[in-house]
Amino acid sequence: MVSLVAKAAGRETAAGLGNVAFIGVLIVAAGAIFGATRWIGNDYAFFAAYVVVQYIVLGTAWNILGGYTGYVNFGITAFFAIGAYSTVVLYKLTPWLPLPVMIVIGGVMAALVGLGTGYLTLRLRGVFFSIATLALAIVVQTLITNWDFVGGARGAYVLRPKMAPLIGGGYIEYLFLVMLGLCVVALATARAIERSSLGFGFAAIRDDEAAAEASGVPTLKLKLVATALSGGFMGMAGAPLPYYVTYLDPASGFSLNYAVNAIAMPLIGGTSSWLGPVVGAVLVGGLQEYLRVTIASAINVLVAGVLMVAFVILAPQGIVGLFQRKKR
Amino acid sequence: MSALLHVQRLGKRFGGFTALQDVELEVQPGERLGLIGPNGSGKSTLVNCICGTLRNEQGSVNFGGTTVDSLTAHERTRLGLARSFQLPRPFGSLSLAENLRIPILYAVNARGERKLSGAAIETRCIELLGQVNLADKAHRLPRDLTQIEMRKLELARAMAADPKLLIADESMAGLSHAEVDEILALLIRLNGQGVTVIMIEHIMRAVMAFSQRLAVLVAGRKIADGNPKDVVRDAEVVRAYLGE
Amino acid sequence: MDASADLLINAVVSGLLLGGFYAVVSIGVAISFGLLDIVNIAHPAVILLGSYVAFIGNTVFGIDPILAAVIMLPAFYFLGVVTYQIYYVAFERRDDQSIRGLSFFFGILFIAEVGLILAFGVDYRSVQAWYAQGNLDLLVIELPWRLLVPFLLGLVTVAGLQMFLSRTFVGRAVQAVAQDQGALRLMAANPARIKRIAFGLSFATAAVAGAALIIIQPVEPSIGREYIGRIFAICVLGGLGSFPGMVIAAVTLGIVESLTATFFGPSWAPAVSFGVLLVTLAVRPNGILGR
Repeated sequence: MVSLVAKAAGRETAAGLGNVAFIGVLIVAAGAIFGATRWIGNDYAFFAAYVVVQYIVLGTAWNILGGYTGYVNFGITAFFAIGAYSTVVLYKLTPWLPLPVMIVIGGVMAALVGLGTGYLTLRLRGVFFSIATLALAIVVQTLITNWDFVGGARGAYVLRPKMAPLIGGGYIEYLFLVMLGLCVVALATARAIERSSLGFGFAAIRDDEAAAEASGVPTLKLKLVATALSGGFMGMAGAPLPYYVTYLDPASGFSLNYAVNAIAMPLIGGTSSWLGPVVGAVLVGGLQEYLRVTIASAINVLVAGVLMVAFVILAPQGIVGLFQRKKR
Repeated sequence: MSALLHVQRLGKRFGGFTALQDVELEVQPGERLGLIGPNGSGKSTLVNCICGTLRNEQGSVNFGGTTVDSLTAHERTRLGLARSFQLPRPFGSLSLAENLRIPILYAVNARGERKLSGAAIETRCIELLGQVNLADKAHRLPRDLTQIEMRKLELARAMAADPKLLIADESMAGLSHAEVDEILALLIRLNGQGVTVIMIEHIMRAVMAFSQRLAVLVAGRKIADGNPKDVVRDAEVVRAYLGE
Repeated sequence: MDASADLLINAVVSGLLLGGFYAVVSIGVAISFGLLDIVNIAHPAVILLGSYVAFIGNTVFGIDPILAAVIMLPAFYFLGVVTYQIYYVAFERRDDQSIRGLSFFFGILFIAEVGLILAFGVDYRSVQAWYAQGNLDLLVIELPWRLLVPFLLGLVTVAGLQMFLSRTFVGRAVQAVAQDQGALRLMAANPARIKRIAFGLSFATAAVAGAALIIIQPVEPSIGREYIGRIFAICVLGGLGSFPGMVIAAVTLGIVESLTATFFGPSWAPAVSFGVLLVTLAVRPNGILGR
């Protein structure tokens, strides 16, 4: 079992599944999960599962820049909200667009902002990039709060269609299916990166950027790629949100919870592999949901922060890393 | 024959401190150049400016006929300029073989001439590790290595970039007599394969055995450059560096 | 005098006073990031803690908020020492600072914010003091006491710390540890101990800054995040490691924000500091007086 997990999470290029086969496995798994949720028959199951899968995407997105490349992005809320508010804008202007298209547009918007921030700050020390992303979150929130077209501080209402296109059932089932699809794409991308020369380039930057540069790695270009991918996936994760919540205001759209969870889950699950954010999202997300329905106070929100600090101090390699250590 | 590397009137300042001033240096293809000087004389700064890790304010660096001043470090590596770091800087989370994979993927393959892929890369990594006697540790992590093994890995990684010019920055510091000989033999063998080498060292025995030409850097200025036997007898060199 | 010139002068003066306040808010990070190279993004949370301490002192015990802060100075210093010790053992010694160290402080920021929400709720809290309202009028210039007092607090704190750094052995050791730890060891001073002291001081300044904050404006747990951008913009603009530079930057930012608020509306203020930060990083990352 230990070696199975370690192998699944590992980077051995010769062993393991090829990229296409892996996507196949993911699609089958996603289909099974969707079927199981439908079989439960309760709308709550869809709502809860949507949140966990959303966090898998957010955590994977963060990890591409954070775990793989070593640059900490604190501005998750900015990219996530750009995706969400891009959907709000599209909803008001072109509501007939299919959701997947809105998601792609949201992702592109977020990726562009990421590229812009990165271009200005990635030539400097990593901490300056991190600080800039922190400030970016506040600024984007300020801009959106002052933008009346998307409702400003009062928020925006989005009508959720009654029926799900294609698959029938409630719209929430469609949202979940779309999010599952996004998750498959994100995980497949992360794993493909890990096993490719791009992934090696990222790892070299993370381990020693000056040595990487001296070895021929185009560090600025790769960092920009990582930032665009990371921001883009975060935007895509946020794009369906307006339909999920039906009422979106800056206070909830920019909630610090998204940021802490997106960072805590990969740190707890393990940052060196695509599997880490999955483990982190399922465990921490599940724990949060359990606490939310049992204790019903704000304590469930603390869980991610406390666990993150604990893991960062005591088990920096994360849960997956613990398995990999045992294998050695 | 035109010089492979031509450093022209190079100057570098850090705030109020002048690290390098008016440094002129030429290295011919296939040459073995030694560079010596007291600590703090600017040798590593010179290497950093040549390789692009630092930008010089004055003067220019010309490599293989191209002026490289506006190029980043990785672009210069792709042109064929490689260096090892004075304090080894391995990629800590990658195995030794994977450490060598990086320059192969990003320096050699980026040149576009003959791309290695798949198993060929792995073979090449093991082959390079074999040249520094580290093949048996190919799948270990750098933290498991001894000091001299880290130095050798550092050199192997520079070699993996298939350079035309290799700058070895104090790769022998703190090593035993036999270990110094090992590195010395490695560098001479490399030179025999056609790689131009600049050796920066304090160990005079190695420098004299290795260099065809010797340059001396003191307080940011070059004070001597020529036949090693003549340079070590130069009065100013003796006063500034050797005769302490 | 012309009304808009009047407005302009008062905006600039307010900005100047605000700048003094921003200086005491930022000096903790000027120490931890500028001198110790520790990116303590949780500093605003510690400041907020100081605000709530002043609030409790004021509402429960009826003491002046500044006095409450001064009383709590040793506790904050001790908290800083403990935090540095954890950081040192977990990260600095393992030489694995960047991503995990940053996440550590981010986690602390978050836990502090949620903790404050759980303890005090999301309502705005403020203090009662004779200087919380009213102005000191000098000709056409109105100096609101609620800005003037924090400004004076800022001056005293920064001046005091600057003297400490340049006149005492420990202070000079702190400056030394910022530049060369090896040389410090040779001087028979223990770098870790010096850093502990400095980090403790950094937290202590947060107590004072917290009192100043709750005098200037009512506080609630989430306003800490607004200050992260401001604090780091000020430290970067001023140049890491330079107190005078930091003060100049603080005053500059205060004036720019004040002018923006007066002529464009107060809701744009948080964006100003980010703009300043980005421009500084893009154009002159060493800051005005940076090393």
